[in-house]
Amino acid sequence: MAKHIIGTVDEIPPGERKIIDVAGRSIGVFNVGGEFYALRNTCPHQGGPLCQGRVSGFLTASVPGDYSYTRRGEIVRCPWHGWEFDIKTGQSWFDPVQTRVRTYPVTVKTVELGEEGEEAITNIAESEQADGLEKGPYVAETYDVTVEKRAEKQFIVVEIP
Amino acid sequence: MSVHPDVATLENKLASDNTKSATAVIDCDIHNAPPSDKALHKYMSKQWQEHQQMVGNRGHTGGIYTRAVPHAARHDSWPPTGEVPGSNLEFLQKQLLDEWQLEYGILNPLYPVGGQLNLEYGAALAQAMNDWQQAEWLEPEPRLRASIVVPYEDGELAAAEIHRAARQHPGFVQVIVVVRTKEPLGRRKYWKMYEAAAEHNLPIGIHFGGAGGGPITGGGWPSHYIEDHGGMPQAFQAQVTSLVCEGVFEHFPTLRVVLIEGGFAWLPPLAWRLDQSWRKLKAEVPALKRAPSEYIHDHIWLTTQPMEEPPQRQYFNQLLQQLDADDRLMFATDYPHWDFDAPDRAFPVQLDRELKHKIMAGNARKLYNLPPRI
Amino acid sequence: MPPTEKVFEAEKPTMTSHAVIDCDIHNELPSLKTLFPYLPDHWRDYISESAFVGPDANDYPKGAPTTARPGSQPPSGPPGSDLGLLREQVLDVWNVDFGILTNAYWVQSIHLEDLAADMATAINHWQVESWLDPESRLRASLVVPSQNPQLAAEEIERFGGHPGFVQVIMPIRSLIPYGKRFYDPIFAAAVKHGLAIGLHYGGAPGHAPTPAGWPSTYLEEYAGMAQVFQSQVMSLIFEGAFDRFPDLRVALIEGGFTWMPSLMWRMDKEWKGLRHNTPWVKQLPSEYVRNHIRMTVQPINAPPQQEYVVQIIEQLESDEMLLFSTDYPHWHFDANEEAWPIQLPDALTAKIMAENARAFYRLPVGVTRAGAVQS
Repeated sequence: MAKHIIGTVDEIPPGERKIIDVAGRSIGVFNVGGEFYALRNTCPHQGGPLCQGRVSGFLTASVPGDYSYTRRGEIVRCPWHGWEFDIKTGQSWFDPVQTRVRTYPVTVKTVELGEEGEEAITNIAESEQADGLEKGPYVAETYDVTVEKRAEKQFIVVEIP
Repeated sequence: MSVHPDVATLENKLASDNTKSATAVIDCDIHNAPPSDKALHKYMSKQWQEHQQMVGNRGHTGGIYTRAVPHAARHDSWPPTGEVPGSNLEFLQKQLLDEWQLEYGILNPLYPVGGQLNLEYGAALAQAMNDWQQAEWLEPEPRLRASIVVPYEDGELAAAEIHRAARQHPGFVQVIVVVRTKEPLGRRKYWKMYEAAAEHNLPIGIHFGGAGGGPITGGGWPSHYIEDHGGMPQAFQAQVTSLVCEGVFEHFPTLRVVLIEGGFAWLPPLAWRLDQSWRKLKAEVPALKRAPSEYIHDHIWLTTQPMEEPPQRQYFNQLLQQLDADDRLMFATDYPHWDFDAPDRAFPVQLDRELKHKIMAGNARKLYNLPPRI
Repeated sequence: MPPTEKVFEAEKPTMTSHAVIDCDIHNELPSLKTLFPYLPDHWRDYISESAFVGPDANDYPKGAPTTARPGSQPPSGPPGSDLGLLREQVLDVWNVDFGILTNAYWVQSIHLEDLAADMATAINHWQVESWLDPESRLRASLVVPSQNPQLAAEEIERFGGHPGFVQVIMPIRSLIPYGKRFYDPIFAAAVKHGLAIGLHYGGAPGHAPTPAGWPSTYLEEYAGMAQVFQSQVMSLIFEGAFDRFPDLRVALIEGGFTWMPSLMWRMDKEWKGLRHNTPWVKQLPSEYVRNHIRMTVQPINAPPQQEYVVQIIEQLESDEMLLFSTDYPHWHFDANEEAWPIQLPDALTAKIMAENARAFYRLPVGVTRAGAVQS
């Protein structure tokens, strides 16, 4: 299990997603109401880029007209054939047991920054390598701060087996 | 057709690339679209430009079932420039032709031409569409071939456009109509179109969609897009029935028809039903010299998309056996539409090597007379 | 083997050793005048005084070889209008436990709805008196003016309690697809009285029978009717008819069945991607088909390769869906033996020949047969 920093929390606001290549595979990281979830960006059906699909809610009905709309922002539909997947579990709606997409554990790592932002990130990576943190696809140039006083920064870390 | 200077470079690229599939692929259903109505103006007379600006396109209204997604397009098929899916050649090259290393792709534009209530305007649109295809698709991209768009509800106007376009450019390899026509396609009003197509040795492609003015089922208007989209095979069955029973293939013995985006699992039961019905009722159709299934076998080709996905793999093999169309089944993606089939992942079973080559490219190469490029 | 069964075997004619329930037998009206005793006076006079000749439907052209088997026309009326002949040519030949009458007099095509409703009532009275009362092996289908579901529901209330009626019959070609809520009064009344819905070949709603207009020939319309069946199956499922009425049972009569696997695959595929447009559809459409829909076997639409039909039956993934039928007096085959010529395992054949229908129409063990076994 290797951990990869894929970006900062600020980069993926609620309702947004980021698709990244990490450890040789394409992965989508979604912010659902402040929580982060990671899915393999490949639909188990025909291999469509699942994480590029529309994010929507979960519409059910007991009978026609009796709509119940819940879990807005928690369902991603494959951009090709529209198969619905639960972003939180990777399970498909129509066959949650057998048709599912790979999910990856995501954690948020809070780091206290030193005077030099760039250096801090390198340090995070290095300090975390002991417990298996691999260096990014996240690169420092997307992060540029001058810190007057000591500040905190939150990083999104995805675990890839 | 002129050979593009980059062909050699391209072929080197194809050979050296780490291919997604070792099998050559010809995509028999790609949808190119004008980025706007106005984009056709330079191919239209002033009169029709003004007509378009004044009343615009007018077909049979009242039959719209809102598609699940805009332009029925893959969510990832919108060009970065923001134009409509299928309208940007460069993006189409990247996302389709290069991505899947297609040997050829057949363009089937679905701009509403044949469904125009004003037939002369439909003819002007057809002419504009075909000139646009030639200038902006066929000439810049040697991997592409195109279908001739025609005002199909008028046989003579359709025939005139077939003659004009076919003589104008060899990149036109087919005539395209839609499956929901005003009348069944076997009726005589369409025969001039078949005569012209047969004269130029062009197959008639019958594509998913259209609006003939009547309810889209024999039981009235349904409510949902899933019935509109999922019910299209019923229209295909009606057209096969009509073409066969009205004797079109007796009158035009060289005519070939390609059913595009209709699926194919419904064809064997239809052929059985037609044969059985014909055995009892053949006195009504003396023009038919053979059983309906024989005409189907000799004259009707099919594209694979949307791929049949039975719950058990062996059913798919049973279907292929019942279909008996190893030489007439042709792969298609339907790019950029949402029900796209991926060349490497679409088939639910492992096809044997020879059959795979036929379906993925060989059958199309033969039907459309395309020289091998890979 | 107990001796009683041997006696029973010896008494049987040659068609099959299985029990038989024939799910598609047409009882034709001898003439419009037949209904006069059952019609209000004002309609009797209207029919005599006006140009009215019955529904404007032409599902069975008079001389077409499919319309009537040779020898089925009595001197008194059209083929299928004589109980004696029907006994001789179907009930006795097949030694049926039950025969389900499928009267295809489409009052739906009479635009004058009040006349349509009273015609339906008259036909149903006539069915009771002329068919159900004299012949205990017969069951019947209620004719209803389904172009007006309220009037149709009233008709179901009128006759729903009669044990001889086992289903409500409607033409597969409707003005509005059958899944729509428009028809709810009919479904509600049918479910209340334990009646199935029989959707039968034919009908004349006024619009074209195909999604692409009117074909030229009867051959096309006859063969093309299968597509209308397909559309109605989609409508019933995607409009949520079975979600609104979980006990709703639908028989597809005289529409063939070999097309059903391909339709199930297509519906299932569509549903996986478009489920959110019709969210009341809670499981694979093919599951709804297997749970709610049955199909009569004639016309079979079989290819010469019998193994293909066996494959199709396997692909249904249910041994409960097919119901034996002769479609008398219509004639899709050439000899009685061909009514069901497919060789299948014995248990499955037994289901197709009678047991599926017995369960679907909630029929008891046949009088004839029970008697034979007990004797």
